[in-house]
Amino acid sequence: MATLNSKIPQGPLSEKWTNYKASQKLVNPANKRKLDVIVVGTGLAGASAAASLGALGFNVKVFCIQDSPRRAHSIAAQGGINAAKNYPNDGDSIGRLFYDTIKGGDYRAREANVYRLAEVSNNIIDQCVAQGVPFARDYSGYLANRSFGGAQVSRTFYAKGQTGQQLLLGAYSALSKQIKEGTVKLYTRREMENLVVIDGKARGIITRDLITGQTERWFGHCVILATGGYGNVYYLSTNAMGSNGSAAVQCYKKGAFFANPCYVQIHPTCIPVHGDYQSKLTLMSESLRNDGRIWVPKKIEDAQAIREGKKTANDIPEEERDYYLERRYPAFGNLVPRDIASRAAKERCDAGYGVGSTGKAVFLDFSSAIARLGKDKVAERYGNLFQMYQKIEDENPYETPMKIYPAVHYTMGGLWVDYELQTTIPGLFAAGECNFSDHGANRLGASALMQGLADGYFVLPYTVQNYLAAEIYNQPIPTSHEEFEKAENEVKERINKILSIKGKTTVDTLQKELGHIMWEHVGMGRTKESLESALPLIAKVKERFWNDVKVEESNECLNPELEKALRLADHLELASLIARDALQREESCGGHFREEHQTEEGEAKRDDENFMFVGAWEYKGDEAPVMHKEDLNYEFIKVQTRNYK
Amino acid sequence: MNLTLKIWRQENAKAKGHFETYKLNDISPECSFLEMLDILNEQLINDNIAHPVCFDNDCREGICGMCGLYINGRPHGPDDGVTTCQLHMRRFHDGDTITIEPWRARPFPVIKDLVVDRSAFDKIIQEGGYTSATTGGVPDANAIPIPKRKADEAMDSASCIGCGACVAACKNASAMLFVSGKVSQYTLLPQGKPEAAIRVKRMVKKMDELGFGSCTNTFACEAECPKQLKRTNIARLNREFICAKVCSDEK
Repeated sequence: MATLNSKIPQGPLSEKWTNYKASQKLVNPANKRKLDVIVVGTGLAGASAAASLGALGFNVKVFCIQDSPRRAHSIAAQGGINAAKNYPNDGDSIGRLFYDTIKGGDYRAREANVYRLAEVSNNIIDQCVAQGVPFARDYSGYLANRSFGGAQVSRTFYAKGQTGQQLLLGAYSALSKQIKEGTVKLYTRREMENLVVIDGKARGIITRDLITGQTERWFGHCVILATGGYGNVYYLSTNAMGSNGSAAVQCYKKGAFFANPCYVQIHPTCIPVHGDYQSKLTLMSESLRNDGRIWVPKKIEDAQAIREGKKTANDIPEEERDYYLERRYPAFGNLVPRDIASRAAKERCDAGYGVGSTGKAVFLDFSSAIARLGKDKVAERYGNLFQMYQKIEDENPYETPMKIYPAVHYTMGGLWVDYELQTTIPGLFAAGECNFSDHGANRLGASALMQGLADGYFVLPYTVQNYLAAEIYNQPIPTSHEEFEKAENEVKERINKILSIKGKTTVDTLQKELGHIMWEHVGMGRTKESLESALPLIAKVKERFWNDVKVEESNECLNPELEKALRLADHLELASLIARDALQREESCGGHFREEHQTEEGEAKRDDENFMFVGAWEYKGDEAPVMHKEDLNYEFIKVQTRNYK
Repeated sequence: MNLTLKIWRQENAKAKGHFETYKLNDISPECSFLEMLDILNEQLINDNIAHPVCFDNDCREGICGMCGLYINGRPHGPDDGVTTCQLHMRRFHDGDTITIEPWRARPFPVIKDLVVDRSAFDKIIQEGGYTSATTGGVPDANAIPIPKRKADEAMDSASCIGCGACVAACKNASAMLFVSGKVSQYTLLPQGKPEAAIRVKRMVKKMDELGFGSCTNTFACEAECPKQLKRTNIARLNREFICAKVCSDEK
C-alpha cells in the first residue's frame, strides 16, 4: 500500500487554499449535468454539500435514513457555531481561531486543513444569514456572540439553544430549493449498506429501503459520505438513536483507511445515568459553562450526605464548595476544553466527592449568575435548556443546581481524508464528523457545526469538482455491472445470515453489553490492561452476536430490529478498532487519556517524539488491521504543552 | 408501575389496523415514555408474543421531530410543550391504561403500526420554504441590521420541528401552523422579503393540493404544539397570503 499523501498545497499557510482554488480543475456547466454525485447523509455536511453541488449544476442524489432530511442529528446541536468575525473587537482573527483549534485538538490535527477551516468560517455566517437563519442579535440589530470552551474571545454565534436546528434547517431549505429545481433527488428512509468500487474508484452504493426491505443499486461518478460519528458504539451517548458508524465501516472494509478511531470526545455536561433501561444521555449545552459554575462539596461527608438524600446542594455554604475547575485552571476556569472538564469531573467523583444518587454527578450552579444578571436574563439565555433539564430530572435549575456528568458525545476519529477530503479510495469523499480531519484529539465546542458547513458549502464544491473534471470522459456505469451485482449480493447475504441465526439474545442486549465494555475499558481513563482485556471481551460479544442474535424476518415492511442488528455488526468491528488504536497510542492527548501517561498534577502527557502522527488503519479481512502513519509536521505553529492554567 | 397498553397495530399501509392490549409491569417512573416502549418491545421479542411495535424516534431530546404518538387522545401526551420522547412515566399512575395511536390525518398515511409518512411537509417546504440564495456571493452577515425584536420573533416562528402534531390535533388536518411558522420566519427577516409573495402563494397552494384542510380557527394546533408556536403566525400567514393575492402579480 502506498504511503498516505495528504496533498497539502505548497506555499504559506494563509495562501494554500487560495492557491488551490486558483489552480484546481473546473467542469463546464454543460458537463456538470452529465455527472452524477451521490451524497449519503443530510446533516450539516451532507445537506450543505448536496445543496451546493446541486446549485452548481451537478446531478445529485442524496440519501438519509430518517423520514426527512431535516431530522439529521446535527439538529440537536445546541450552543453555537464559531467564526473568526471579531465583531466584538476582542482580539479574534483567522489566525487566532486556527491556533485555538490546533491547541484545543492537542496538536494532533493537520495544520493546512485547520487553517482553511478558520478561513472559511466567516463565509459560513454570511451564508447562513442570507438563508434567513435567525441568529441572536443585540439591540443594535447586529449579531450577538458568546464564549465557548478553549477560547478567550467571544466568537460563537447562536440561535437560542437551538443553533444546530436553525443551521440544519438553513441547509435543508437550500437543499429543498435544489430538489424543486430538479438538480437534487432525495431518497429518504434509505440506509447505505455497501460501497461499490470499480477499477479502484468509488462508483456507487447499495442501499436498503427501510420500508420495503429491498436492496437497491445507485451509480455515482463520485460518492460523498456525510454520515456522522460512531459514538453509539458506546450505546449510551448524546447521539440520536439512529446515529451509527455503519456506512463508514462499509467504506473501511472496501479499502478506505480509518484514522484515529481512539479519539472519542466525552462531553462534560450531560444529564447523568439513572438505570439500565436508559436509552440515551441528554447533553446540556457547553454554553451553560459561560454562566454556570461547576462544583462538588469540599468535605467528603457532605458529598455522602447529598448522595444519601440527607442534604441538598443548597445546604452547603459557599465556603464549603469546591469550584474545582476555577481552582485548577484559573485562566480558563469553567471554560476549559471538554476533555479537561470531563476528566476533572471523573477525578472528583472517583475520589468520592460525587453527588447524585449514584455518586456519578457534579453540580452546575447558576445561583451566582441569577444574582448577578437576574432570573430573566438567565432565562433568556438558557430558558429552553433549563426547561429540558426540568422535564427530564423533575428539578428546577433556577432553584437547585443541575447535576451533570460526562458522556460520549462526538468522535474526532473517522475516515482518513487528504486536503481535498478524499479518502484513500479515489472518488470517495468524507465530510463532517465522519472524517477525521480538523479536530485532532479533541474538538472545541461550537466547532462541529463550523466544520460540517465548511466542508459542505465551501470545500467540497471545489475539491469534488477538481476530481470530477477528469470524469467527464466516463459514461455512467450501468448498475447491472458485475461489481454492483457483487456488492448487492454481499448485503443480501449479510441480511440473510442475521435473519437465519434465530437465536435468543436481542440486539439491544448485545449493544448494551458492548457499550458497557467500551465505557469501562475504553472510556475516559484507559490503561494498557483495560485495553488488552477489552479486546477478548469485544470478540466474545461479536461471537454471541453471530451465533445467538434474535432478529425476526419482516422483510416486506419496516424492521427496526434488523436495522439495529446491521449497525451493531459494524459497531463490533469499530469497537475493536477503537481499542487497538487506543492501545498503540502510548501517550495521552485530548480525548485519549492513558492513565500511565500523565503529569504529577494529573494532566495529559503527550509524547510528541513518538506519537505526532495520524494513525490510519487498513482493513485486512480476518487478519488484524494494519496501521499506517501520516506524520504531522507543524511548520507554522510552535508545538507546546497545552496549558489552560 | 404496572400498566395496560392499548396500542394501534397495523401491518403495512394497505392492511387494516386494530388495537392490541399488552400488560407491562415494574416500569420505573423515571423512565421516559419511549424507553417504556423499548421495554415493551424487548418483552414482545423475548416472550415471542408479537413483532415489536414500530414507532419513529431518533434524537430523544425533543428537537428532531421524528417522534409523535397520540397518547390518550392527545398528540405527544398529557404534558404541554414537550415531545413524546420528553414525556416521562412519572406523569402516569400505577395501574393506568394508556392508549397509543399514530397521527391520524389523510396527508400522513400510516406506514406501519405507529409510523406515518410525513413527506408532505417536505413537499410544502420545497415549494418555497427558503430564500433562493445559493452558496457564495452573499454580503457580510452584519451588512443588514435586524431589530432584535424581529430577530427573536423570527427565531420563535422558526423553532417548528416538523413533527406534525398540529395536523394530527386539527379536526380538519390543517397544516396552517406548520406553513405559517416558515412563512413568518421569512416575512420577519429582510432576507426573506424579495420572495415573500411568491413563497406564500406557492406554499399555500401545495398545502391545499396535498389534502391538508382549512383552518378551523379553534387552535388545537397551538395548544398541542410541542414548541408552542403561536397562533399569531397563522394570522400573519393569512395577511401575507391576501396581500400576495391582491397586490402581487407574481405567480
